[in-house]
Amino acid sequence: MTTVNMTVNGRKVSGEVSDRTLLSQFLRENLNLTGTHVGCDTSQCGACVVHVDGKAIKSCTTLAAQMDGTSVTTIEGLANGADLHPVQAAFREHHGLQCGFCTPGMIMTAVDMIERAKASGRKLDEKTIRAELEGNICRCTGYHNIVRAIEAAAAAMA
Amino acid sequence: MYDVNYHRASSVEEAASLMSRAEDGKFVAGGQTLIPTMKQRLAAPSDLIDLRHIASMKGIRVEGGKVTIGAATTHAEVAGSADIARVCPGICSLASHIGDPAVRHMGTIGGSIANNDPAADYPAAMMALGADIVTNKRTIAADDFFAGLFETALEDGEIITSVSFSAPVKCAYAKFANPASRYAMAGVFVARFDDGSVRVGVTGAGSDGVFRHKGMEDALTSDWNAGALDGVSVDEGMMLSDIHGDAAYRANLVKVMAKRAVAAAG
Ligand SMILES: Cc1cc2nc3c(=O)[nH]c(=O)nc-3n(C[C@H](O)[C@H](O)[C@H](O)COP(=O)(O)OP(=O)(O)OC[C@H]3O[C@@H](n4cnc5c(N)ncnc54)[C@H](O)[C@@H]3O)c2cc1C
Ligand code: FES
Ligand code: FES
Repeated sequence: MTTVNMTVNGRKVSGEVSDRTLLSQFLRENLNLTGTHVGCDTSQCGACVVHVDGKAIKSCTTLAAQMDGTSVTTIEGLANGADLHPVQAAFREHHGLQCGFCTPGMIMTAVDMIERAKASGRKLDEKTIRAELEGNICRCTGYHNIVRAIEAAAAAMA
Repeated sequence: MYDVNYHRASSVEEAASLMSRAEDGKFVAGGQTLIPTMKQRLAAPSDLIDLRHIASMKGIRVEGGKVTIGAATTHAEVAGSADIARVCPGICSLASHIGDPAVRHMGTIGGSIANNDPAADYPAAMMALGADIVTNKRTIAADDFFAGLFETALEDGEIITSVSFSAPVKCAYAKFANPASRYAMAGVFVARFDDGSVRVGVTGAGSDGVFRHKGMEDALTSDWNAGALDGVSVDEGMMLSDIHGDAAYRANLVKVMAKRAVAAAG
Protein backbone atom coordinates (compact mmCIF):
# COMPACT_ATOMS: atom_id res chain seq x y z
CA MET A 1 0.00 0.00 0.00
CA THR A 2 1.09 3.50 -0.66
CA THR A 3 -0.26 6.95 0.04
CA VAL A 4 -0.83 9.00 -3.07
CA ASN A 5 -1.17 12.78 -2.95
CA MET A 6 -2.25 14.75 -6.00
CA THR A 7 -4.01 17.90 -6.98
CA VAL A 8 -6.98 16.83 -9.11
CA ASN A 9 -8.97 19.52 -10.89
CA GLY A 10 -7.52 22.07 -8.49
CA ARG A 11 -8.42 20.15 -5.34
CA LYS A 12 -5.85 18.43 -3.10
CA VAL A 13 -6.64 14.74 -2.77
CA SER A 14 -5.02 11.86 -0.99
CA GLY A 15 -5.62 8.13 -1.09
CA GLU A 16 -4.29 4.90 0.34
CA VAL A 17 -3.98 2.48 -2.59
CA SER A 18 -2.16 -0.70 -3.48
CA ASP A 19 0.92 0.03 -5.59
CA ARG A 20 -0.53 -1.66 -8.68
CA THR A 21 -3.49 0.75 -8.83
CA LEU A 22 -3.71 2.47 -12.19
CA LEU A 23 -4.26 6.20 -12.36
CA SER A 24 -7.54 5.49 -14.24
CA GLN A 25 -8.71 3.29 -11.35
CA PHE A 26 -7.66 5.83 -8.75
CA LEU A 27 -9.63 8.58 -10.50
CA ARG A 28 -12.73 6.49 -11.11
CA GLU A 29 -12.89 4.32 -8.00
CA ASN A 30 -11.25 6.38 -5.26
CA LEU A 31 -12.32 9.83 -6.40
CA ASN A 32 -15.54 8.87 -8.22
CA LEU A 33 -14.43 10.89 -11.25
CA THR A 34 -16.03 8.54 -13.73
CA GLY A 35 -15.79 10.96 -16.63
CA THR A 36 -12.41 9.41 -17.41
CA HIS A 37 -13.41 6.32 -19.39
CA VAL A 38 -11.64 3.01 -19.75
CA GLY A 39 -12.24 1.62 -23.22
CA CYS A 40 -9.57 -0.85 -24.20
CA ASP A 41 -7.43 -0.94 -21.05
CA THR A 42 -4.55 -1.85 -23.39
CA SER A 43 -3.16 1.64 -24.19
CA GLN A 44 -4.73 1.84 -27.65
CA CYS A 45 -8.00 3.80 -27.55
CA GLY A 46 -7.31 7.01 -25.61
CA ALA A 47 -10.68 7.09 -23.80
CA CYS A 48 -8.70 7.41 -20.56
CA VAL A 49 -6.58 10.45 -21.50
CA VAL A 50 -6.10 13.01 -18.72
CA HIS A 51 -3.57 15.79 -18.26
CA VAL A 52 -0.72 15.38 -15.79
CA ASP A 53 1.17 18.59 -15.12
CA GLY A 54 -0.37 19.96 -18.30
CA LYS A 55 0.45 17.03 -20.59
CA ALA A 56 -1.93 14.46 -22.07
CA ILE A 57 -1.23 10.90 -20.95
CA LYS A 58 -3.11 7.61 -20.92
CA SER A 59 -4.28 7.06 -17.35
CA CYS A 60 -4.74 3.32 -17.94
CA THR A 61 -1.03 3.04 -18.70
CA THR A 62 0.24 4.80 -15.59
CA LEU A 63 0.27 3.82 -11.94
CA ALA A 64 -1.29 6.21 -9.46
CA ALA A 65 1.93 5.88 -7.43
CA GLN A 66 4.01 7.10 -10.40
CA MET A 67 1.88 10.25 -10.43
CA ASP A 68 2.23 11.03 -6.72
CA GLY A 69 2.89 14.74 -6.31
CA THR A 70 1.49 15.79 -9.68
CA SER A 71 -1.39 17.98 -10.75
CA VAL A 72 -4.06 16.13 -12.75
CA THR A 73 -6.86 17.55 -14.86
CA THR A 74 -9.74 15.31 -15.95
CA ILE A 75 -12.74 16.04 -18.16
CA GLU A 76 -14.63 17.13 -15.02
CA GLY A 77 -12.10 19.91 -14.51
CA LEU A 78 -12.51 21.67 -17.85
CA ALA A 79 -15.81 23.53 -17.63
CA ASN A 80 -16.06 26.71 -15.63
CA GLY A 81 -19.27 26.10 -13.69
CA ALA A 82 -22.05 26.01 -16.28
CA ASP A 83 -19.78 27.44 -19.00
CA LEU A 84 -18.37 24.72 -21.18
CA HIS A 85 -14.70 24.81 -22.12
CA PRO A 86 -14.34 26.01 -25.76
CA VAL A 87 -13.43 22.49 -26.89
CA GLN A 88 -16.49 21.01 -25.17
CA ALA A 89 -18.66 23.72 -26.72
CA ALA A 90 -17.20 23.01 -30.17
CA PHE A 91 -17.84 19.27 -29.84
CA ARG A 92 -21.48 20.05 -29.03
CA GLU A 93 -21.83 22.61 -31.80
CA HIS A 94 -20.23 20.42 -34.49
CA HIS A 95 -21.72 17.07 -33.41
CA GLY A 96 -18.29 15.71 -32.50
CA LEU A 97 -19.87 12.83 -30.61
CA GLN A 98 -22.53 10.18 -30.92
CA CYS A 99 -22.50 7.65 -28.07
CA GLY A 100 -20.00 9.82 -26.19
CA PHE A 101 -17.80 7.03 -24.90
CA CYS A 102 -14.61 8.28 -26.55
CA THR A 103 -15.46 11.94 -25.93
CA PRO A 104 -13.68 12.63 -22.62
CA GLY A 105 -10.41 11.32 -24.06
CA MET A 106 -10.97 13.07 -27.39
CA ILE A 107 -11.54 16.38 -25.64
CA MET A 108 -8.55 16.04 -23.29
CA THR A 109 -6.39 15.12 -26.30
CA ALA A 110 -7.79 18.05 -28.28
CA VAL A 111 -7.12 20.58 -25.49
CA ASP A 112 -3.53 19.32 -25.21
CA MET A 113 -3.03 19.45 -28.99
CA ILE A 114 -4.43 22.97 -29.30
CA GLU A 115 -2.34 24.25 -26.40
CA ARG A 116 0.87 22.70 -27.76
CA ALA A 117 0.24 24.15 -31.21
CA LYS A 118 -0.40 27.56 -29.67
CA ALA A 119 2.76 27.42 -27.56
CA SER A 120 4.88 26.61 -30.61
CA GLY A 121 3.12 29.15 -32.85
CA ARG A 122 1.91 26.49 -35.31
CA LYS A 123 -1.53 26.59 -36.90
CA LEU A 124 -3.45 23.34 -36.48
CA ASP A 125 -4.43 22.14 -39.93
CA GLU A 126 -6.65 19.16 -40.66
CA LYS A 127 -3.71 16.89 -41.46
CA THR A 128 -2.01 17.65 -38.15
CA ILE A 129 -5.24 17.15 -36.20
CA ARG A 130 -5.76 13.75 -37.80
CA ALA A 131 -2.16 12.73 -37.09
CA GLU A 132 -2.42 13.91 -33.48
CA LEU A 133 -5.60 11.84 -32.99
CA GLU A 134 -3.55 8.71 -33.67
CA GLY A 135 -4.05 7.42 -30.13
CA ASN A 136 -7.79 8.07 -29.86
CA ILE A 137 -10.33 5.68 -31.31
CA CYS A 138 -13.96 6.50 -32.01
CA ARG A 139 -16.32 3.75 -33.10
CA CYS A 140 -19.22 6.05 -33.98
CA THR A 141 -18.49 9.34 -35.69
CA GLY A 142 -16.06 8.51 -38.46
CA TYR A 143 -13.90 11.34 -37.07
CA HIS A 144 -14.97 14.06 -39.54
CA ASN A 145 -16.98 16.02 -37.00
CA ILE A 146 -14.36 15.53 -34.32
CA VAL A 147 -11.77 17.08 -36.63
CA ARG A 148 -14.15 19.93 -37.44
CA ALA A 149 -14.85 20.55 -33.78
CA ILE A 150 -11.13 20.71 -33.01
CA GLU A 151 -10.52 23.10 -35.91
CA ALA A 152 -13.30 25.35 -34.65
CA ALA A 153 -12.10 25.18 -31.05
CA ALA A 154 -8.54 26.00 -32.11
CA ALA A 155 -9.84 29.07 -33.91
CA ALA A 156 -11.94 30.06 -30.88
CA MET A 157 -8.97 29.67 -28.55
CA ALA A 158 -6.44 31.47 -30.81
CA MET B 1 -1.68 -6.89 -12.85
CA TYR B 2 -0.15 -8.74 -9.92
CA ASP B 3 0.74 -6.65 -6.94
CA VAL B 4 4.07 -4.94 -6.88
CA ASN B 5 6.09 -2.64 -4.61
CA TYR B 6 6.71 0.76 -6.11
CA HIS B 7 9.86 2.75 -5.28
CA ARG B 8 10.91 6.15 -6.54
CA ALA B 9 14.66 6.64 -6.93
CA SER B 10 16.19 10.11 -6.82
CA SER B 11 19.67 9.12 -8.01
CA VAL B 12 21.25 6.43 -10.16
CA GLU B 13 23.05 5.05 -7.09
CA GLU B 14 19.78 4.81 -5.16
CA ALA B 15 18.10 3.05 -8.10
CA ALA B 16 20.93 0.51 -8.29
CA SER B 17 20.81 -0.12 -4.57
CA LEU B 18 17.00 -0.48 -4.54
CA MET B 19 17.36 -2.98 -7.39
CA SER B 20 20.02 -5.01 -5.60
CA ARG B 21 17.70 -5.36 -2.59
CA ALA B 22 14.63 -6.32 -4.65
CA GLU B 23 13.68 -9.95 -5.05
CA ASP B 24 12.77 -9.70 -8.73
CA GLY B 25 12.81 -5.99 -9.50
CA LYS B 26 12.39 -4.06 -12.72
CA PHE B 27 13.14 -0.48 -13.60
CA VAL B 28 10.22 1.56 -14.87
CA ALA B 29 10.71 4.73 -16.90
CA GLY B 30 7.73 5.90 -18.98
CA GLY B 31 5.98 2.60 -18.36
CA GLN B 32 4.55 2.65 -21.89
CA THR B 33 5.80 -0.86 -22.57
CA LEU B 34 6.20 -2.27 -19.07
CA ILE B 35 2.80 -1.30 -17.58
CA PRO B 36 0.80 -2.86 -20.47
CA THR B 37 3.01 -5.96 -20.20
CA MET B 38 2.35 -6.19 -16.45
CA LYS B 39 -1.38 -5.70 -17.02
CA GLN B 40 -1.31 -8.70 -19.34
CA ARG B 41 0.62 -10.59 -16.64
CA LEU B 42 3.42 -11.20 -19.11
CA ALA B 43 5.71 -9.53 -16.57
CA ALA B 44 5.27 -9.79 -12.81
CA PRO B 45 8.13 -8.03 -11.05
CA SER B 46 8.15 -7.94 -7.24
CA ASP B 47 9.35 -4.34 -7.25
CA LEU B 48 9.28 -1.38 -9.63
CA ILE B 49 12.05 1.17 -9.37
CA ASP B 50 11.01 4.42 -11.01
CA LEU B 51 13.78 6.22 -12.92
CA ARG B 52 11.72 9.23 -14.02
CA HIS B 53 12.74 11.41 -11.10
CA ILE B 54 16.49 11.09 -11.47
CA ALA B 55 17.62 14.56 -12.55
CA SER B 56 20.98 13.37 -13.94
CA MET B 57 19.16 11.05 -16.39
CA LYS B 58 17.09 13.82 -17.94
CA GLY B 59 17.71 16.48 -20.51
CA ILE B 60 19.49 17.13 -23.77
CA ARG B 61 22.96 18.57 -24.34
CA VAL B 62 24.35 19.61 -27.70
CA GLU B 63 27.99 20.73 -27.61
CA GLY B 64 29.59 21.36 -30.95
CA GLY B 65 28.59 18.31 -32.94
CA LYS B 66 28.15 16.05 -29.92
CA VAL B 67 24.62 15.21 -28.83
CA THR B 68 23.87 13.68 -25.42
CA ILE B 69 20.35 12.64 -24.48
CA GLY B 70 19.53 11.56 -20.91
CA ALA B 71 17.92 8.11 -20.80
CA ALA B 72 14.81 9.42 -19.02
CA THR B 73 14.18 12.05 -21.71
CA THR B 74 10.75 11.60 -23.27
CA HIS B 75 10.00 11.10 -26.95
CA ALA B 76 8.12 14.45 -26.91
CA GLU B 77 11.19 16.25 -25.55
CA VAL B 78 13.44 14.82 -28.28
CA ALA B 79 10.82 15.55 -30.94
CA GLY B 80 10.57 19.15 -29.77
CA SER B 81 14.25 19.89 -29.17
CA ALA B 82 15.38 22.86 -31.25
CA ASP B 83 19.00 22.14 -30.23
CA ILE B 84 18.93 18.62 -31.66
CA ALA B 85 16.92 19.72 -34.71
CA ARG B 86 19.77 22.05 -35.69
CA VAL B 87 22.35 19.26 -35.89
CA CYS B 88 20.37 16.02 -36.31
CA PRO B 89 16.77 16.62 -37.41
CA GLY B 90 16.29 12.96 -38.36
CA ILE B 91 16.09 11.84 -34.75
CA CYS B 92 13.52 14.57 -33.89
CA SER B 93 11.36 13.43 -36.77
CA LEU B 94 11.74 9.80 -35.67
CA ALA B 95 10.67 10.66 -32.11
CA SER B 96 7.68 12.65 -33.37
CA HIS B 97 6.29 9.53 -35.08
CA ILE B 98 6.51 7.14 -32.13
CA GLY B 99 3.02 6.01 -31.11
CA ASP B 100 0.75 8.96 -30.30
CA PRO B 101 1.07 12.23 -28.33
CA ALA B 102 0.15 10.64 -24.97
CA VAL B 103 2.71 7.84 -25.42
CA ARG B 104 5.34 10.41 -26.41
CA HIS B 105 4.69 12.42 -23.23
CA MET B 106 5.64 9.40 -21.07
CA GLY B 107 7.85 7.04 -23.10
CA THR B 108 11.62 7.53 -22.86
CA ILE B 109 14.59 6.87 -25.11
CA GLY B 110 16.26 4.73 -22.43
CA GLY B 111 13.15 2.57 -22.06
CA SER B 112 12.84 2.13 -25.80
CA ILE B 113 16.39 0.95 -26.35
CA ALA B 114 16.51 -1.18 -23.17
CA ASN B 115 13.37 -2.92 -24.40
CA ASN B 116 14.77 -3.42 -27.94
CA ASP B 117 11.43 -4.29 -29.50
CA PRO B 118 12.24 -5.48 -33.04
CA ALA B 119 9.71 -2.94 -34.36
CA ALA B 120 10.80 0.03 -32.21
CA ASP B 121 12.15 3.14 -33.91
CA TYR B 122 15.06 4.38 -31.77
CA PRO B 123 17.27 1.28 -32.22
CA ALA B 124 17.59 2.05 -35.97
CA ALA B 125 18.80 5.57 -35.17
CA MET B 126 21.26 4.34 -32.54
CA MET B 127 22.79 1.91 -35.06
CA ALA B 128 22.93 4.43 -37.91
CA LEU B 129 24.36 7.19 -35.73
CA GLY B 130 26.95 4.88 -34.19
CA ALA B 131 25.68 5.99 -30.78
CA ASP B 132 27.30 5.18 -27.48
CA ILE B 133 24.92 3.75 -24.89
CA VAL B 134 26.16 4.96 -21.50
CA THR B 135 25.22 2.95 -18.41
CA ASN B 136 26.01 3.24 -14.71
CA LYS B 137 28.82 0.74 -15.35
CA ARG B 138 30.28 1.33 -18.84
CA THR B 139 29.84 2.66 -22.35
CA ILE B 140 28.55 0.26 -24.98
CA ALA B 141 28.69 0.92 -28.73
CA ALA B 142 25.28 0.52 -30.39
CA ASP B 143 26.81 -2.16 -32.65
CA ASP B 144 27.47 -4.25 -29.52
CA PHE B 145 24.35 -3.25 -27.59
CA PHE B 146 21.43 -4.68 -29.55
CA ALA B 147 21.48 -8.46 -29.39
CA GLY B 148 18.42 -9.83 -31.15
CA LEU B 149 14.71 -9.68 -30.34
CA PHE B 150 14.15 -7.89 -27.01
CA GLU B 151 17.76 -8.73 -26.02
CA THR B 152 20.54 -6.28 -25.22
CA ALA B 153 24.02 -6.28 -23.74
CA LEU B 154 22.63 -4.91 -20.46
CA GLU B 155 23.42 -6.98 -17.41
CA ASP B 156 20.96 -7.52 -14.56
CA GLY B 157 20.47 -4.27 -12.71
CA GLU B 158 22.44 -2.18 -15.22
CA ILE B 159 20.92 1.25 -15.88
CA ILE B 160 21.17 3.21 -19.13
CA THR B 161 21.91 6.77 -18.05
CA SER B 162 22.30 8.46 -21.44
CA VAL B 163 23.05 8.00 -25.12
CA SER B 164 25.44 10.13 -27.10
CA PHE B 165 26.54 10.45 -30.70
CA SER B 166 28.36 12.77 -33.07
CA ALA B 167 25.95 14.62 -35.31
CA PRO B 168 26.08 13.43 -38.92
CA VAL B 169 26.24 15.82 -41.87
CA LYS B 170 22.93 14.51 -43.14
CA CYS B 171 20.38 12.08 -41.79
CA ALA B 172 16.75 11.05 -42.05
CA TYR B 173 14.40 8.30 -40.95
CA ALA B 174 11.64 6.77 -43.07
CA LYS B 175 9.13 4.41 -41.51
CA PHE B 176 6.34 2.35 -42.95
CA ALA B 177 4.08 2.12 -39.93
CA ASN B 178 1.78 -0.79 -39.32
CA PRO B 179 -1.61 0.86 -39.94
CA ALA B 180 -3.03 -0.46 -36.66
CA SER B 181 -0.18 -0.30 -34.15
CA ARG B 182 1.99 2.41 -35.76
CA TYR B 183 5.08 0.37 -34.92
CA ALA B 184 7.51 0.04 -37.83
CA MET B 185 6.96 -2.71 -40.39
CA ALA B 186 10.16 -1.35 -41.84
CA GLY B 187 12.01 1.70 -40.61
CA VAL B 188 15.31 2.87 -42.06
CA PHE B 189 17.61 5.51 -40.59
CA VAL B 190 20.38 6.76 -42.89
CA ALA B 191 23.27 8.92 -41.69
CA ARG B 192 26.13 10.41 -43.68
CA PHE B 193 29.20 11.61 -41.77
CA ASP B 194 31.75 14.28 -42.60
CA ASP B 195 34.31 11.71 -43.79
CA GLY B 196 31.77 10.62 -46.45
CA SER B 197 30.95 7.33 -44.73
CA VAL B 198 27.32 6.25 -44.47
CA ARG B 199 25.58 4.07 -41.91
CA VAL B 200 22.15 2.51 -42.41
CA GLY B 201 20.08 1.15 -39.51
CA VAL B 202 17.02 -1.00 -40.23
CA THR B 203 14.25 -1.80 -37.75
CA GLY B 204 10.89 -3.57 -37.92
CA ALA B 205 11.93 -5.93 -40.69
CA GLY B 206 14.79 -8.14 -39.50
CA SER B 207 13.99 -11.58 -38.07
CA ASP B 208 16.81 -11.01 -35.58
CA GLY B 209 15.89 -7.41 -34.71
CA VAL B 210 17.60 -4.19 -35.70
CA PHE B 211 20.56 -4.44 -38.10
CA ARG B 212 22.90 -2.43 -40.32
CA HIS B 213 22.84 -3.07 -44.05
CA LYS B 214 26.39 -3.23 -45.39
CA GLY B 215 25.35 -3.36 -49.06
CA MET B 216 23.34 -0.14 -48.77
CA GLU B 217 26.07 1.53 -46.73
CA ASP B 218 28.71 0.77 -49.39
CA ALA B 219 26.46 1.89 -52.25
CA LEU B 220 25.58 5.17 -50.50
CA THR B 221 29.17 5.84 -49.46
CA SER B 222 30.24 5.78 -53.10
CA ASP B 223 27.14 7.60 -54.36
CA TRP B 224 24.85 9.50 -51.93
CA ASN B 225 21.74 9.17 -54.01
CA ALA B 226 18.50 7.21 -53.66
CA GLY B 227 19.16 5.74 -57.13
CA ALA B 228 22.40 4.21 -55.84
CA LEU B 229 20.24 1.67 -53.99
CA ASP B 230 18.62 0.30 -57.16
CA GLY B 231 21.21 -2.41 -57.60
CA VAL B 232 21.42 -3.38 -53.91
CA SER B 233 19.60 -6.49 -52.81
CA VAL B 234 18.00 -7.04 -49.42
CA ASP B 235 18.11 -10.68 -48.34
CA GLU B 236 14.61 -12.08 -47.82
CA GLY B 237 16.11 -14.79 -45.64
CA MET B 238 16.87 -12.16 -42.98
CA MET B 239 13.33 -10.75 -42.86
CA LEU B 240 10.47 -11.23 -40.43
CA SER B 241 7.47 -12.92 -41.96
CA ASP B 242 4.10 -12.62 -40.24
CA ILE B 243 0.44 -11.75 -40.81
CA HIS B 244 1.38 -8.10 -41.31
CA GLY B 245 3.73 -8.80 -44.19
CA ASP B 246 5.78 -11.68 -45.55
CA ALA B 247 9.54 -11.69 -45.98
CA ALA B 248 9.55 -10.66 -49.66
CA TYR B 249 7.23 -7.74 -48.90
CA ARG B 250 9.40 -6.57 -46.02
CA ALA B 251 12.61 -6.91 -48.05
CA ASN B 252 11.07 -4.63 -50.67
CA LEU B 253 9.82 -2.20 -48.01
CA VAL B 254 13.31 -1.89 -46.53
CA LYS B 255 14.64 -0.73 -49.87
CA VAL B 256 11.76 1.66 -50.47
CA MET B 257 12.14 3.17 -46.98
CA ALA B 258 15.91 3.49 -47.45
CA LYS B 259 15.37 5.40 -50.69
CA ARG B 260 12.81 7.67 -49.07
CA ALA B 261 15.17 8.34 -46.20
CA VAL B 262 18.05 9.28 -48.53
CA ALA B 263 15.73 11.53 -50.54
CA ALA B 264 14.46 13.20 -47.35
CA ALA B 265 17.99 13.72 -46.02
CA GLY B 266 18.86 15.59 -49.24
C1 LIG C 1 0.04 2.72 -28.01
C2 LIG C 1 1.53 2.64 -28.09
C3 LIG C 1 2.17 2.84 -29.32
C4 LIG C 1 3.55 2.76 -29.41
N1 LIG C 1 4.13 2.96 -30.64
C5 LIG C 1 5.48 2.90 -30.75
C6 LIG C 1 6.12 3.14 -32.00
O1 LIG C 1 5.48 3.48 -33.01
N2 LIG C 1 7.47 3.04 -32.06
C7 LIG C 1 8.22 2.74 -30.96
O2 LIG C 1 9.44 2.68 -31.07
N3 LIG C 1 7.65 2.51 -29.77
C8 LIG C 1 6.30 2.58 -29.63
N4 LIG C 1 5.73 2.36 -28.40
C9 LIG C 1 6.60 2.05 -27.23
C10 LIG C 1 7.06 3.31 -26.56
O3 LIG C 1 8.00 3.97 -27.38
C11 LIG C 1 7.71 3.07 -25.20
O4 LIG C 1 7.86 4.32 -24.61
C12 LIG C 1 9.09 2.46 -25.16
O5 LIG C 1 9.15 1.25 -25.86
C13 LIG C 1 9.52 2.13 -23.74
O6 LIG C 1 9.90 3.30 -23.06
P1 LIG C 1 9.39 3.56 -21.59
O7 LIG C 1 10.17 4.71 -21.09
O8 LIG C 1 7.93 3.69 -21.58
O9 LIG C 1 9.91 2.25 -20.84
P2 LIG C 1 9.22 1.29 -19.76
O10 LIG C 1 7.97 0.72 -20.29
O11 LIG C 1 9.18 1.99 -18.46
O12 LIG C 1 10.35 0.17 -19.70
C14 LIG C 1 10.59 -0.71 -20.78
C15 LIG C 1 11.74 -1.68 -20.40
O13 LIG C 1 12.97 -0.98 -20.33
C16 LIG C 1 13.56 -1.07 -19.04
N5 LIG C 1 14.15 0.25 -18.78
C17 LIG C 1 13.53 1.46 -18.86
N6 LIG C 1 14.42 2.45 -18.69
C18 LIG C 1 15.63 1.87 -18.50
C19 LIG C 1 16.95 2.39 -18.26
N7 LIG C 1 17.20 3.70 -18.23
N8 LIG C 1 17.96 1.50 -18.10
C20 LIG C 1 17.71 0.16 -18.16
N9 LIG C 1 16.50 -0.37 -18.38
C21 LIG C 1 15.47 0.47 -18.55
C22 LIG C 1 12.42 -1.46 -18.13
O14 LIG C 1 12.90 -2.18 -17.01
C23 LIG C 1 11.54 -2.30 -19.03
O15 LIG C 1 12.04 -3.61 -19.08
C24 LIG C 1 4.34 2.45 -28.26
C25 LIG C 1 3.71 2.25 -27.02
C26 LIG C 1 2.32 2.34 -26.92
C27 LIG C 1 1.67 2.12 -25.59
S1 FES D 1 -8.45 2.77 -21.85
FE1 FES D 1 -6.52 3.72 -21.81
S2 FES D 1 -6.00 3.73 -23.89
FE2 FES D 1 -7.88 2.65 -23.93
S1 FES E 1 -18.83 8.84 -30.06
FE1 FES E 1 -19.10 6.74 -29.73
S2 FES E 1 -17.04 6.05 -29.64
FE2 FES E 1 -16.78 8.09 -30.26
